[in-house]
Amino acid sequence: MITTQRTLSGSSQSPRSPSARPFLSVSVTDPVKLGNGVQAYISYRVITKTNLPQYQGPEKIVIRRYSDFVWLRDRLYEKYKGIFVPPLPEKSAVEKFRFSAEFIEMRCQALDIFINRIASHPELQQSEDLRIFLQEDEETMERARSVELGIFKKKPSDLMQIFKDVQSKVSDVVLGKEKPVEESTPEYEKLKHYIYELEDHLAEAQKQAFRLVKRHREMGQSLSDFGKAVKLLGACERDSLGKVFSELGSKSEVLSMKLQEEAHNLLMNFEESLKDYVRAVQSIKVTMADRASAFKQQCELAETTKLKEINLDKLMLMRSEKVGEAEVEYKELKAANEEATRRFETIVRLMNDEIVRFQEQKTADMGLAFHLFAKGQAKLSNDMANAWRSLLPKLEACPYVRT
Amino acid sequence: MMGAENHDYEEPQLFASRDEMENLLLDDDEPSPSAAPSSYGDFRSAMTTIADAHHPLSSAKVDAHAVASSDPLLSPPPPIVLKRNPSGHSDNSLVDPPSYADVVFSPFAENGRAANGASGVSRSPSSSSAPAEYVRITVSDPQKEQETSSNSIVPSGNTYWTYLITTRTNSPEFGPGVSEFAVRRRFRDVVTLADRLAESYRGFFIPPRPDKNVVESQVMQKQEFVKQRQAALEKYLSRLVGHPVIGKSEELKVFLMVNGRLPLPTTTDVASRMLDGAVKLPKQLFGDSGTVLGPQEVVQPAKGGRDLLRLFKELKQSVANDWGGTRPPVVEEDKDFMEKKEKMQDLEHQLSNASQQAEALVKAQQDIGETMGELGLAFVKLTKFEAEEAIFNSQRIRAADTKHVATAAVKASRFYRELNAQTVNHLDTLHEHLGLMMAVHTAFSDRSSALLTVQTLVSELSSLHSRAEKLEAASSKIFGGDRSRVRKIEELKETIRATEDAKNVAIREYERIKENNRVELERLDQERHDSFLDMMKGFVINQVGYAEKINSVWAKVAEETSGYARES
Repeated sequence: MITTQRTLSGSSQSPRSPSARPFLSVSVTDPVKLGNGVQAYISYRVITKTNLPQYQGPEKIVIRRYSDFVWLRDRLYEKYKGIFVPPLPEKSAVEKFRFSAEFIEMRCQALDIFINRIASHPELQQSEDLRIFLQEDEETMERARSVELGIFKKKPSDLMQIFKDVQSKVSDVVLGKEKPVEESTPEYEKLKHYIYELEDHLAEAQKQAFRLVKRHREMGQSLSDFGKAVKLLGACERDSLGKVFSELGSKSEVLSMKLQEEAHNLLMNFEESLKDYVRAVQSIKVTMADRASAFKQQCELAETTKLKEINLDKLMLMRSEKVGEAEVEYKELKAANEEATRRFETIVRLMNDEIVRFQEQKTADMGLAFHLFAKGQAKLSNDMANAWRSLLPKLEACPYVRT
Repeated sequence: MMGAENHDYEEPQLFASRDEMENLLLDDDEPSPSAAPSSYGDFRSAMTTIADAHHPLSSAKVDAHAVASSDPLLSPPPPIVLKRNPSGHSDNSLVDPPSYADVVFSPFAENGRAANGASGVSRSPSSSSAPAEYVRITVSDPQKEQETSSNSIVPSGNTYWTYLITTRTNSPEFGPGVSEFAVRRRFRDVVTLADRLAESYRGFFIPPRPDKNVVESQVMQKQEFVKQRQAALEKYLSRLVGHPVIGKSEELKVFLMVNGRLPLPTTTDVASRMLDGAVKLPKQLFGDSGTVLGPQEVVQPAKGGRDLLRLFKELKQSVANDWGGTRPPVVEEDKDFMEKKEKMQDLEHQLSNASQQAEALVKAQQDIGETMGELGLAFVKLTKFEAEEAIFNSQRIRAADTKHVATAAVKASRFYRELNAQTVNHLDTLHEHLGLMMAVHTAFSDRSSALLTVQTLVSELSSLHSRAEKLEAASSKIFGGDRSRVRKIEELKETIRATEDAKNVAIREYERIKENNRVELERLDQERHDSFLDMMKGFVINQVGYAEKINSVWAKVAEETSGYARES
């Protein structure tokens, strides 16, 4: 399982009375299939328990579906650049499995973890979008989801928007398009390299973990078949041996079930943990892309601003009547430049904190995942040893025929 | 930390680097995990319960177990051997069959187990009892030889392989004291031996000989094929000597002891039969009185060549039997036998099924071990990576945690591999007994054909008798007798006498084969019972032992990571 900080370890460490300490605790449960045919979907109960003033406490229950979670994530992505927004479980690639019990169980679990990570993130937990998601009724949610989806793409033009267009025309010519502007501090380079390689390693580990699940299932199946065959064979033999065979067959079948159980356990916990880890790394890559484009923007605007300044000076020298206009443009550009720099630096600052948080979170998550994995395997092998061992006295009691 | 252990992780060959990684991991840990005593204790208690019980087996088996009980450290425990050799070089000893698989032979040693042990480690019986009888056969030193055809001046260019067959035995059957002798034989000689034995020992469950594999010999790599054949021959010959009756046969002795050309008649081959057949055929075709079967001929089933007519008659008879026409006086009355035959069929069916499932199980065990190994490897790489790139302490901690899991996974993978190697040995018993079914079929068909011969002769006799009666009736009507008829009657009476003799011989042969069948069935049942019991014991002990080892590996990791457990 993945650790989540279910209680707010917020800014204020309040005194002893537990009720005074602010907390925000969410759970996602009870997946239910709604709708018919092609439009069928799964809905989840989201239960929020909190004492925060901006929330309707102490408990509020809403019904949400997967696309609502996607809405929330997208909003957070847009608004909190620099922060590693917790990853969502994937959409199902294969239509068939969308409603399989296993898939639904895994998704429900992952959504619960997702929402709790947001709720326990010092910045994200303050988000208005989170509050909407957790509190508003279903109609409001649906409206928000569909409306924003449309408008969202067409943001009201702002400083950045204007100059985004300008940039692409000017800077390409000026800077020469072949040379991509990239941040190249050794520290950041190392981080980028780390993240990319980490993803590879994790993907491999996750692949093997998934295979291990399959192997458990296969082993379970073949033990079951073997058990049946042994029972039938035992029917051909004399009394005591035949009985022992029959018992052996039964034990095989019992163990087969244990193997299937462990396979399920591995899938839900161990493999899911690794998948979650991979998703988290991918989320970091998104932030890194944001950082890169923020950096690029800042660089380009800086160049453009400088050019504008030079041009302005030239115009002033020439005492041209275009000076006034140029001055205004220059001021606007300068503001945009400062804004771009500010944004970039925010992202850098946030990322630094996020990386620390990420590493700590992952150590805790994987530590627990490893623990449960080991426990599961230990239990399985213990069950197997016990089951087989119980046969030994009976085998012992069986006399040999030939003296 | 991991930085120091910078071996060739980038090596393309997965296996080489895997071994290195495995060794690296194991080097770090103490050789005897603290969890060992408990699992060892459990295992040991399992072992002593088995060693303590009285084994009413052949002396050979008792010896093996005497060894086992006297020193638990030496007893089957592939697991315990493993503890001593963590480096993994102990693979050889771990693949050896555990003590249940005997190498030590006694005249009544069972076929299956004996054959298996022949090529394995030889364990001398303990000194607590007199040394048991053994016959140990090894096949070695394959050599290519040239066919020296005496017929032509030009060398025929045909090559064939010969094998050195060494016998080492203390059995008085082969001479006083301990004798050792070796001969060089080719596969064709083995075919001859098998054919001769099939003729001389009708009704016995004769271990089937290795296939001719004509296609394989062309298609396979020479080395591979020769190696395969060598192993198959060794197994076959070991089984032969293990059979209580055939192990003492002249044919076998001659095969094993007489150097040079094999002094057994080669296949009662078509050529020489044809020669005889050509002489007899006209007589046979005319269906005359000259078709009397010599009693000695009756002892063999009808084959091609000269037995054409007999074949035809017996075929006619079997058809008559099937259609239930004339009720033959000799009927397969043995209900007991019919029951046993059905049981054998059922057994074969179940054996085949179990054999298949056993194979699938072995494959599944192998797969899970492999994947566990791959997983471990992936974590080893992750550990190294995280440790090298660590900036934060949380990363170093995580690297250490990952290493625990990696180590455990690699160890577990190894255990699965070893478990499987043993499982293969144990469950092989199923395959072997399935193979023996072939011998049972042959023995049963020996019986059927012998019965058919008897029935044919009986009905022939009855038709001869009725012919004689008719002739006598006809001739008695003529006063003073009918010279030609009388002569015919005399000839007929001769034929009847000869046929009567043949019938008696055939009946004796049939009874003999029946008895052989009965004895063999009992022997097979007993041996199968015991070898299945062994198989199950071995299989289960193996599973217990390795499950315990795998458990201790993971329990350790659970312990090491217990700090992360949710305190809920």
